[in-house]
Amino acid sequence: MSIWVLRGLRDGIVTARWPGRPDEYAASWRGPATVLPDAVPPGAVLPNAVLPGGLAPDGAAAGSALAGGAELERLCPTGAIEAVDQLRVDQGRCVLCGRCVAARPDLFTWSRGATRPGAAALARRALVVPDEPETDAAVAAARAALAERTTALRRSVHVRHVDAGSDGSEEWEIQALLGPVYDVQRLGIFFTASPRHADVLLVTGAGTVGMTGPLRATYDGMPDPKVVIAVGTDAVSGGLLSDRLTGVDGEVPVDVWLPGSPPSPFGILNALLIATGRLR
Amino acid sequence: MTMTSTEPTVAALRDTLRSRVADGMRFAGLFAARVDGGITLSAHVAGPDGIETLEAPLPPGAASYPALTPVIGAAFWYERVIRDETGVVPDGHPRLAPLIAPGRPEDHALPRHVAGYGMFTIPHGPVRSGVFESMEYLVETPGEAIPHLNMRIFYKHRGIAARFAGLTVSDGVLLAERAEGIASVAHALAYCHAAEAIAGCAVPRAAALVRVVHAELERIANHLDVAMRLADAAGLAVAAARFALHKERVLRLVGAMCGSRFGRGVIVPGGISAFPQLSQGELLAAIGPLDKQVAADSGALMGTSSFLDRLRGTGPLTPDRAREHGALGPVGKASGYADDARTARPYDSYPLLAAAPAPRHTSGDAMTRLRVRFEEVAQAFRLIGQALSDLPERGQASPLRVPCDPLDGRAVGWAEAPQGEVLYDLAVEDARIARCQPRSASFHNLVLMHEVFAGDILTDFPFIEASFGLSVAGAAL
Repeated sequence: MSIWVLRGLRDGIVTARWPGRPDEYAASWRGPATVLPDAVPPGAVLPNAVLPGGLAPDGAAAGSALAGGAELERLCPTGAIEAVDQLRVDQGRCVLCGRCVAARPDLFTWSRGATRPGAAALARRALVVPDEPETDAAVAAARAALAERTTALRRSVHVRHVDAGSDGSEEWEIQALLGPVYDVQRLGIFFTASPRHADVLLVTGAGTVGMTGPLRATYDGMPDPKVVIAVGTDAVSGGLLSDRLTGVDGEVPVDVWLPGSPPSPFGILNALLIATGRLR
Repeated sequence: MTMTSTEPTVAALRDTLRSRVADGMRFAGLFAARVDGGITLSAHVAGPDGIETLEAPLPPGAASYPALTPVIGAAFWYERVIRDETGVVPDGHPRLAPLIAPGRPEDHALPRHVAGYGMFTIPHGPVRSGVFESMEYLVETPGEAIPHLNMRIFYKHRGIAARFAGLTVSDGVLLAERAEGIASVAHALAYCHAAEAIAGCAVPRAAALVRVVHAELERIANHLDVAMRLADAAGLAVAAARFALHKERVLRLVGAMCGSRFGRGVIVPGGISAFPQLSQGELLAAIGPLDKQVAADSGALMGTSSFLDRLRGTGPLTPDRAREHGALGPVGKASGYADDARTARPYDSYPLLAAAPAPRHTSGDAMTRLRVRFEEVAQAFRLIGQALSDLPERGQASPLRVPCDPLDGRAVGWAEAPQGEVLYDLAVEDARIARCQPRSASFHNLVLMHEVFAGDILTDFPFIEASFGLSVAGAAL
């Protein structure tokens, strides 16, 4: 037994200091695709893209006002690119495949940083970049409503996780929060077995039929006030399965939207702090 | 190499299958597909020359067929899935409750298996204590022993196989990576091997080496995850933290190589998408110390008697059952049945890399399964070192992919995931996926968990579950 005492001291302190101090690894995380600033001014005529073969899903927008817009929309296997009046990316649908970045580096790039502003959103439409003007008001309203609910939680938050049909990788990243590197207990965040003790519900997965009942029962079993975080692109929109499964919002009311396939542990931690009003 | 032969009837298929298995081949899967309005059964058997596919059409409009499970016991879950997906009834199947279809609650009602004074059932799941994937265990117990266990995995059935239909071949790999998220690389490899077999293209040497590096890093991460869960179940907080730390370092290394902590986006049909973003020197400098630290901590764990006491003799799978079922991966290896796709049916650059012969184990308990995993981790580090030393420098490695645009055809691809062999049965028509049937090792091995609780008690449960190291996402698909 004593060997483990010594082994525990071997690497010194490995725990991240974030959010107290910036974290280089969190800042370098490669997130969903985004549109390069000023890549396409509104109403501009886009040149026809030269596309690699075999990338055309059926039913791209025919009424696009942007020349070449339909081709741009076809770049994305989950339909995250909108090129109707302005070029936008719905990061809630992005599965981080990088097709758009590879085909059109002049228009698209990766967003960087697991904890950057906007990495987790308080309204579904706020995941669409660049921002639409009307989402600012919606986000402000959501933040005010959330703050009213979560002031009572203060600095002791209990979290319950439910898998509603994930691919299994999101569970690894949530589990990592309990490990020595992220160690959420240092921030007064604890995982609990019982929904009766939980303040926050972390939901992963695209929302399978089989989990509808258990997910709802878990949510109903939690005391008020409660907050729901949709963890991962699958939970936000269904991701690649969105032809039949469209995420968990229809089953429980989502407060914080966190895209990523899967999101990073820092991203999940960031979403937890946003959900409890400790970060904006 | 894959061969396909067609039998006239299911009865003939059953006889051929029986003789193949009697000849020492391994039953690797059974699926039903709707082809040209009718239903065709496809069975796969694995041998030293590759995977052989045996097909038999059902008569038009058939509502049932003679079940294969009475002859091939390992087909038990496969035939339940066939019934869930097509509605065709395998006649003579021992228990036809739905496996992956949600159905109505009464469809899932289970008669108590064990009767007796004081027997009761503990329903455990689908929302379980801790961070777990959703599935339900129904533990029949008189209080301490576990005479019988039932599992329900339908909760997170996502319909992955059906989703493949109609996708382009290049989009299919994205879905394969998300079929079983903790084995993304192995699934992408098995899928791409099938596509490459149809197109008849050979992967460039540098790409084949990078594929091996990613596949072995994924294996290390998965096995460290199992070690962490076992240490955690035994209450060894420091050991659990150590293995969590090592696992995080592996995931960060993978992320630094390709941008995704799970190696997603690297494997594409015909090769790899990009050269690793770290140089050979940087990779070797990261791998070396990690190898030493993992070896030291795994040695310490296998020398901690209070830990081993919980694992020794726990959840035993007998060699006979492992061979009969064709148990895959570390579960099979711990019980003396080692059919490792990397050596039995090698792919990518595995034929060129010298794998040390693995020691044979037969105890089949949770401790042996962990021992096998640590041996695989040590071997994975060696393979990565070899692959990196053969890898040309960035810039000299070209091309990284060859064109791979299969138009029409069908092939089976395979890869050895951390959980065991992954199979993809891929059919392409007019450059789009007509059918794609993934089969994870998790699905094939999970059914064995019914049988390993002999003499074990409730507190052994987390050890047995963790020692199997399976993913529910891969099992329920």
